[in-house]
Amino acid sequence: MRKQSKTGKIVLITISTLFVVLMLVIPLISVIANSLSKGLSFYLQSITTKTVLSAIKVTLIATGIALLVNTVFGIIASWLLTRYEFKGKQVLAALIDIPFSVSPVIAGLSYIMMFGRMGWASPLLEALDIKIVFAIPGVVLATIFVTFPFVSREIIPVLNAVGKDEEEAAAMMGAKGFTIFRKITFPHIKWALIYGMILCAARALGEFGAVNALSKTRGETFTLPLEIDALYLSGSSDSIVSAFAVSSLLVIVAVVILVLRSIFEYRGRKTQNTKEARVED
Amino acid sequence: MYVEVREINKTFGDFKASDHVSFGIEKGKLAALLGPSGSGKTTILRIIAGLESADSGDVLINGKTVNRLSPSERGIGFVFQSYALFRYMTVAENIAFGLKVKKQPADKIKERVAELIGLTDLTGLEKRYPNELSGGQRQRVAFARALAPEPGLLLLDEPFAAIDAKVRKELRQWLREMIHKVGITSIFVTHDQDEAVEVADQIMVMDKGRIEQTGVPYEIYKEPKTAFVAGFVGNPVILESFEGLKGFEKGEFTRAIIRPEFVEAFKSDNPHFKDIIPFAQEGVIRDILFRGSSLELKIDVGGVLLTTHRSLERRPVEVGEKMNVIIYRLYAIQGNETKLLENQDLKKIDPDNKRMESYLYGDGGYFTT
Ligand SMILES: Nc1ncnc2c1ncn2[C@@H]1O[C@H](COP(=O)(O)OP(=O)(O)OP(=O)(O)O)[C@@H](O)[C@H]1O
Ligand SMILES: [Mg+2]
Repeated sequence: MRKQSKTGKIVLITISTLFVVLMLVIPLISVIANSLSKGLSFYLQSITTKTVLSAIKVTLIATGIALLVNTVFGIIASWLLTRYEFKGKQVLAALIDIPFSVSPVIAGLSYIMMFGRMGWASPLLEALDIKIVFAIPGVVLATIFVTFPFVSREIIPVLNAVGKDEEEAAAMMGAKGFTIFRKITFPHIKWALIYGMILCAARALGEFGAVNALSKTRGETFTLPLEIDALYLSGSSDSIVSAFAVSSLLVIVAVVILVLRSIFEYRGRKTQNTKEARVED
Repeated sequence: MYVEVREINKTFGDFKASDHVSFGIEKGKLAALLGPSGSGKTTILRIIAGLESADSGDVLINGKTVNRLSPSERGIGFVFQSYALFRYMTVAENIAFGLKVKKQPADKIKERVAELIGLTDLTGLEKRYPNELSGGQRQRVAFARALAPEPGLLLLDEPFAAIDAKVRKELRQWLREMIHKVGITSIFVTHDQDEAVEVADQIMVMDKGRIEQTGVPYEIYKEPKTAFVAGFVGNPVILESFEGLKGFEKGEFTRAIIRPEFVEAFKSDNPHFKDIIPFAQEGVIRDILFRGSSLELKIDVGGVLLTTHRSLERRPVEVGEKMNVIIYRLYAIQGNETKLLENQDLKKIDPDNKRMESYLYGDGGYFTT
């Protein structure tokens, strides 16, 4: 019986490893390999063209703003959902998760319907002379949409597990709202928050569908994934290699994020464990 | 009255957690809120602290209504059932927190923390984190931390619940002495009657969100006013019928509540009880539980199971043995009223219990020979 389960384990490990290597690791390595197939100077040239540099800029702007907005929103929403009782709490919690279940293309299209020329908000936007659709604000909005739940998703379970005892104890000793958050709550959610922010950034950097619906001008509103797509579709053998070169940038960032992620996930779990040890004994 | 709670009502959904709760506590006294699980003790404590808001009613501290003050403005110390120590702070930092929030000068804080560490016997543990402390030590840190900002009122929610039995007994005494030494008015919550009786100056018994009785421990024990209190304190047996209890008439009463010390069981050849043998009835020992300093006997008397204690100094008994059983008194219940009924047969020959005292404790009495 024991021996059987051991063989079972080996088979499962082999299958999973093979699957991960074949489906994920080899393709990503081949991206890097391909990107260097025309030499290093071609590689450097490919990633410094005007359109690529513009795409890097747009991507960083969109990611930065999405990260900021969603971190602030994520903290506020998690606080609200774990520390207050109100009608419709479950509904709100479910609404926050919408981006997980809606296709990003639909997110992009819905913004066109809202802010585009036929959208209901367009008279107002025109009056204020603000352009959202097919401009950088649209790209930013789309990025915010798809990365909306990441931070709160990570913090809410931690806030629930920690409970509000310590916060109440601090209040009884005369501490007010923000002091309580800074001194008592924040140390608890720190690692989960950083972890959520990393996931949020990773998703923002790689977003294609929603941004694609709202961004049509290469060299102005294109993000890196759109730029890669454009390079690849233009079809010459040079531009295909360039596409791989630009892709390799995202792959490298992804690897860095993966490493950071494991570090913070580990730290987060470690602090969680100390907590459990405390409760048990 | 230093603390006054007036007509507090609180519902969660359609569940009444506090039902017209009123009581008062004098300055410097230690009061216990005693009641079974779910009776609404924590709710009242949290309402006094301002952590929960009442639907109606007032809380007064030192003559001032505090209803509108936030928890941080009430000047109340709170010891949580889980202690709620700040996990990311050391013992000293935990205790200093309330003083730092009040922006007291650093040397004052240091002095006060050192004083409290000494008072609560935590010397040497200043740099430890909460997860490196024993349950009893954590409890003392929570206590010191709550006292640090010199609150006018101290609230403790089941302060001993998470501590093992032996340490708990020591801590009870420690807490009582400490609170009287500091002189702070305090309310603590417990579901353990022994704890309440042992530690408190005053007890409020709660059930289903209502205060059933308020009084000093002796009163609560000796003169339970309601059916609930009679059934809750003194580890009694509750009988649905009086039938076959010698010396008692059922009258209007519906139930009987009998404490172990109300029941005497003796062997037929016991000379000390020969006068009252005619008033005894036969009982059979069904079970014997060893309670350390005494035995607890479960005795079947005419179909009802009574409990009594038996000193280990007396002759051994065994399961199945026939005993003579006398019930000295019982609480008779009618609706929510209780009445202490004396055994009428005994009363006839011994109206003021003098004889009972003499055959138990007098010259040549049971406990003196
Ligand atoms: N936030 C809440 N929402 C809904 N019901 C609550 C809430 N807090 C307390 N209750 C209910 O109110 C009743 C009284 O609760 P409370 O915590 O005051 O009891 P307790 O006497 O302290 O019990 P225990 O000894 O178990 O701690 C319980 O039935 C509980 O389920
Ligand atoms: Mg409670």
